[in-house]
Amino acid sequence: MAEAEIKTMNMIEAINSALNVMLTKDDDVVIMGEDVGYFGGVFRATAGLQQKHGKTRVFDTPISECGIVGVSVGMAAYGLRPVPEIQFADYIYPGLDQLVSEAARMRYRSAADFICPMTIRSPFGGGIFGGQTHSQSPESLFTHMSGVKTVIPATPYDAKGLLIASIEDNDPVVFFEPKRIYNGPFSGYYDRPVEPWSKHSASAVPQGYYRIDLGKASLVRAGGAMTILTYGTMVHVVSAVVDEEGVDAEIIDLRTLLPLDIVTIEASVKKTGRCLIVHEATRTSGFGAELAALVQERCFYHLEAPVERVTGFDTPYPHSLEWAYFPGPVRIGAAMKKIMQD
Amino acid sequence: MAHGKRGNLPPLQLHIPEPKYRPGDEADFSDIDVPKIDALPRPDESSHPSKLSAYSYGLLRVLDFDGMAKGSWNPNLDADILRTMLRNMMLLRAFDDRMFRAQRQGKTSFYMKSTGEEATSVATTMALDNDDMCFPSYRQQGILITRGYSLTQMMNQIYSNSGDHLKGRQLPIMYSAPEHGFFSVSGNLTTQYPQAVGWAMASASRGDSRIAAVWCGEGSTAEGDFHSAMTFAAVYNAPVVMQIVNNQWAISSFSGFAGSERTTFAARAVGYGIAGLRVDGNDPLAVYAAMRWAADRARTNQGPTLIEYFTYRAEGHSTSDDPQAYRAAQEFAKWPFGDPVERLKQHLIVTGAWDEERHESQLIELADLVKAKQKEAEKNGTLGHGLHHPFESMFEDVFEHQPWHLKEQCAQMLDEQRAKFGPDWEPK
Repeated sequence: MAEAEIKTMNMIEAINSALNVMLTKDDDVVIMGEDVGYFGGVFRATAGLQQKHGKTRVFDTPISECGIVGVSVGMAAYGLRPVPEIQFADYIYPGLDQLVSEAARMRYRSAADFICPMTIRSPFGGGIFGGQTHSQSPESLFTHMSGVKTVIPATPYDAKGLLIASIEDNDPVVFFEPKRIYNGPFSGYYDRPVEPWSKHSASAVPQGYYRIDLGKASLVRAGGAMTILTYGTMVHVVSAVVDEEGVDAEIIDLRTLLPLDIVTIEASVKKTGRCLIVHEATRTSGFGAELAALVQERCFYHLEAPVERVTGFDTPYPHSLEWAYFPGPVRIGAAMKKIMQD
Repeated sequence: MAHGKRGNLPPLQLHIPEPKYRPGDEADFSDIDVPKIDALPRPDESSHPSKLSAYSYGLLRVLDFDGMAKGSWNPNLDADILRTMLRNMMLLRAFDDRMFRAQRQGKTSFYMKSTGEEATSVATTMALDNDDMCFPSYRQQGILITRGYSLTQMMNQIYSNSGDHLKGRQLPIMYSAPEHGFFSVSGNLTTQYPQAVGWAMASASRGDSRIAAVWCGEGSTAEGDFHSAMTFAAVYNAPVVMQIVNNQWAISSFSGFAGSERTTFAARAVGYGIAGLRVDGNDPLAVYAAMRWAADRARTNQGPTLIEYFTYRAEGHSTSDDPQAYRAAQEFAKWPFGDPVERLKQHLIVTGAWDEERHESQLIELADLVKAKQKEAEKNGTLGHGLHHPFESMFEDVFEHQPWHLKEQCAQMLDEQRAKFGPDWEPK
């Protein structure tokens, strides 16, 4: 059956496939955003979808994130299942009130009279010379507001399964796509040739429908020396460093920041006794702070070393000095050594 | 410190708007233009917005000040419908008075009256179909009253009591009633504008026949949401009627802080290529006629309309506000367009369809009705007096399925109650 056919996909193709599957499966799914219609999106995530599903299902919008999110809330109230795209996560702020005060609270404030099954897709993260307005990782903001789920895939296979589960979810989901790894996993060595997804096993993606439940982390590498909690682009950077350093680390790709897979985290840290948290986002009040607090609360008597965080710096994302900002192999390697010495 | 000042140029001046009258001043509205009835006759519903610009600067009127309905906008409603309209507006006023008093008696935290603006929620709703979707701001309880929503339910919500359908989560008056085509009210202003446009776009994309109607105040037209909504409504020709209730005051800020010193609020439509109407908001027949025209337009794919109701907020912004601190005392008494309830009453009387006696007995009947409903609602408790939804309900509906962290926090909250009230405490 065609459903089961496996195809090699990069992350963009996997996202496109998920959207295509859901547009076909559910008449209520609509896609809108800046440049997503005829053109198919600046990253090509919606390429061909308008041609296939029609202009009232996949369409361009005015440049107004407030409008895009607000209109989606209204469409959801009508009974549709909107999947708006915010072209860059850095542009999401004009739509934030509609997300925080409206979409996220709709079920609660109306006692489920109205719900908001909306999935906001947005490319995030740096390492593409995007400067401070095309590189941000604002995910922790969305975990701090009640009523929104935050999902971040790290592979084409996960991207498709998680996106389908997000669209099917009856609550608002912010789906951040790590754009640095749209076309291939990234080792953190920006001066080395880019490896395509086709060399990675997670590029084997079923063409049909499948879902990966939200709130479930993925074990990327089993190990006993330490637990590394990470997500998005950093999953691949961490994997490269772990291979290089020859440390027997357990790498956990969180995949969903909220709801968080606390069971997997707790079990792993209790087993290894050491915990390193790696994210690209700025350090202060980043999601790593939440993870560190949770690990401390739940695994304190199992810890053999202080929990360490490797993050981006608390500056805006610089343009020319991008690689001095990025939490690359040097920063991660140093933290791994420190955590093993303690 | 003045930077970059060059000697031969006059100093730049920053304009801070100031209302004409403050406490102690004698209000005088004789400068407000009152155009003749039918100065701008009713255009065909299919007129292109570019032909309608003048309507954003005029003032649609039907009732003259002697109570006669005149001109091409006269909706020629049956006396029965007009009496229903009057009754709805009187019931709204009776409800407002009772709930205002309930707040003063400490039975709830907050209330907002719509005195003087009753036509903008009652007459408008009567001009819509019952299944059209309304996206109200916080002062359109008249929609629910017109559509026959239970007064007891409204009061339960105001009291946040055990009968409150919203489980005591929302500030009083932020109702939600989907089966009455009434969207959940937000405390954040004008967020409902793009939502109404989105709902209308969805309705159009599904080939539905229902339209959306949305309300905001003149003050909150300054929000970005208003302008995003106007852009989307225009771009997609959305079947939506967008309404601005210009009651002159946004808490203590007069309409000048939303731009009224330069143009009308209806004129916001012109730049977007949307049909605009400016209406005497205290003339229930004009309000009805405007909404009917705009609704017919939307329903026949002629696109959105922006309507400004020129009216006056007769009372404070809310129970937390004292307008004597910032505006002249007798403004409403001197408002050139009078009181919408009195004007409809006068119209019915001069046309022989009503009389003072019936009016008086209806006043008493409605006050009694509201009192009886209040008694019923108070059986479910008042705010802070014991009867509320179960404690665990605080953690419900954050998500469809409760994640672990909310389960843990719920357990903690229940433990805290036991610590407070003893180990035998039951979570009711």
